[in-house]
Amino acid sequence: MTTQHQPVDTGGGTAPPTEPPTQDSRPGGPVVAGRSPARMAWKRIRRDKVTTVALVATLLFIAVALLAPVLTSLTGWGPITPDNKAINPDTGNFPYGSLGGIGAEHLLGVEPGTGYDLFARVVYGLRTSLYVGFASAVLSTAVGVVAGLAAGYFGGWVDSLLSRVMDVMLAFPQLLFIIALTPVIQNALQTDSHGGTDENLRLLVLVLNIAVFAWAYTARLVRGQVLSLREREFVDAARLMSAGRRHILFRQLLPNLWAPVLISFALAVPQNITTEAALSYLGVGVIPPSPDWGALLSDASQFFLQDPMYLFVPGILLLLLVLALNLLGDGVRDALDPRARRG
Amino acid sequence: MTAADERKHAVSTTQPLTGRTTDRPAGENLLEVRGLHKHFPLRQGIIFQRRVGAVRAVDGIDFSVGPGESLGLVGESGCGKSTTGRLITRLLEPTGGSVVFDGEDITHQPAARMARARRNLQMIFQDPYSSLNPRHTVGTIIETPMRLGGVNPPQGHKKRAQELLETVGLNPEHYNRYPDEFSGGQRQRIGVARALALRPKLIVADEPVSALDVSIQAQVVNLLQDLQREFGIAFVFIAHDLAVVRHFSERVAVMYLGKIVEVADRESLYTRPRHPYTHALLSAVPEADPDAMRRRERIRLAGDVPSPIDPPSGCRFRTRCWKARDRCAAEEPPLLRADGSAAGHLTACHFPEEPSVRARAEDIVLDPALAGPEGKS
Repeated sequence: MTTQHQPVDTGGGTAPPTEPPTQDSRPGGPVVAGRSPARMAWKRIRRDKVTTVALVATLLFIAVALLAPVLTSLTGWGPITPDNKAINPDTGNFPYGSLGGIGAEHLLGVEPGTGYDLFARVVYGLRTSLYVGFASAVLSTAVGVVAGLAAGYFGGWVDSLLSRVMDVMLAFPQLLFIIALTPVIQNALQTDSHGGTDENLRLLVLVLNIAVFAWAYTARLVRGQVLSLREREFVDAARLMSAGRRHILFRQLLPNLWAPVLISFALAVPQNITTEAALSYLGVGVIPPSPDWGALLSDASQFFLQDPMYLFVPGILLLLLVLALNLLGDGVRDALDPRARRG
Repeated sequence: MTAADERKHAVSTTQPLTGRTTDRPAGENLLEVRGLHKHFPLRQGIIFQRRVGAVRAVDGIDFSVGPGESLGLVGESGCGKSTTGRLITRLLEPTGGSVVFDGEDITHQPAARMARARRNLQMIFQDPYSSLNPRHTVGTIIETPMRLGGVNPPQGHKKRAQELLETVGLNPEHYNRYPDEFSGGQRQRIGVARALALRPKLIVADEPVSALDVSIQAQVVNLLQDLQREFGIAFVFIAHDLAVVRHFSERVAVMYLGKIVEVADRESLYTRPRHPYTHALLSAVPEADPDAMRRRERIRLAGDVPSPIDPPSGCRFRTRCWKARDRCAAEEPPLLRADGSAAGHLTACHFPEEPSVRARAEDIVLDPALAGPEGKS
């Protein structure tokens, strides 16, 4: 803070100007940039090494998923092109070589039995994981924010109703419900009568199923925040200016909710990815032969003794992806809410 | 005509209309509050809620504020002074009585039609930390009233906001900063700038300095005083600190348990208080000189303020008053000019103190627990 431009600051001249005087020492009506909360959070993320690594890893995973067709065209093997020369029919179609067929031709080996290139399957499977993880998190967060805002701000019977619905959703045995209902919903939505199951439709059903059970977490969080925020005097100040409901909800309250919403979103993504992998493992997720990590793990568990690499590759990658997303979520939380810092 | 109106009427017919008093003809007042009530219902039960009682936070008060005048509203915590402020600005809906602002009855005005009155009726809040949205820049905070009120100053919103920052003694370059970069006193100045943005005629200041450091309080009060003089803004200044109110307000009303017990010109109230409660409050104001402190009367009130759910019958102060008699329990004292009071000095007491009483020879100790160790030494 410079004193030469300042008018007689008679009041509370004890501000903590922690920002070094960078711009405001320029003469002639300089602009003082405020430390916006977002910029401060970004600074904190950059300072946190673990979070930075997690962010880079996450971006790398996303890049690989987006570039899947390019990457597979480079290796020359698609996710469902069998390489019969890589598997040995004498040993029951297990891949040649000691590490599950890992080599220059097949970077991560080949699938036993089918002879599919494991690299291509993993890369395409990552697409499924990230798509389901992010899409269901976006959906559940959007629904949760709206429901939480409504419950917290309007109170009364709106709050009672929404809160009971949230309680019911949170008490539901999610996995059992999804296992039982996925085929039912799939059949209900199925338009062609081939009897076959449409892959994209199945993905959509998965996303919907996961989101239906996840929105209540966000809604409850947002509701609690709104309940405390709406009693703050800045809301009264807005009402004094004849602000409408929309202004108060979206201009006054919502900007204060970005932090918890972003945190719950960041932590929902890895959670959803795990759920999707579990569902695919149990056979109600993505339909084979579409590549998916959960399905790969399920398949690989049958050949674990003969070909352990087949299990390790998707297993370790799933672990890394979920770990990176979780650490990133934690980092985002610490950056946005430094008071709740761990350790 | 309500009882309150009648009382008012009786007073104004028996007294000459002089100067800045409550007896100013009603049409000349910027704010007229008549028989204002706020009862918060108490409910019990989970599904079928029944009303089991009411908190009578404000229970029939009358006062008025002239243009450019500053009325101080003092009293202990829970006496209803903040509720009164919120009723005037219609942040709370009154359960009875009327509020006339600038010739317009705004008591039950629907929100859509409040906009015009709101432009002239602003508020400064108690807590400078919760009254500013932490996610808005200072500029946004000050511009919001202008944008919502549809006010387009010729110099533009930004320029006007910066002028306001300068008016309240802040650096206009800090336009883009966020509230958490400012100290409590500076934040309160931002709140003042926001209240000024629409050039209001009346500002309700709800304990504007009580959350601030003592060294900062005087600066903010002086700022408000400068603004009052410069722009001719009327104030309803709510506070529990009598010294601050004495400094700021020309007229002072003392509240106790949802009622005004005494209202008078500053001079009259501080030098010749008539209500025992006002005496008690004034005797609690600390003094810098210990010798003067020793000579002064001390009145220690016993116990707590009775519950506003079930206030005492008759005079509400009687349970803590050393002069209470049977009549005090039976009959509620009206707010009247007591014999020997200055014009416009109204007191709600059956047995007001003599105007000559300034200090007693002995302390009045109402709390036996305090009398033991201290009183007899």
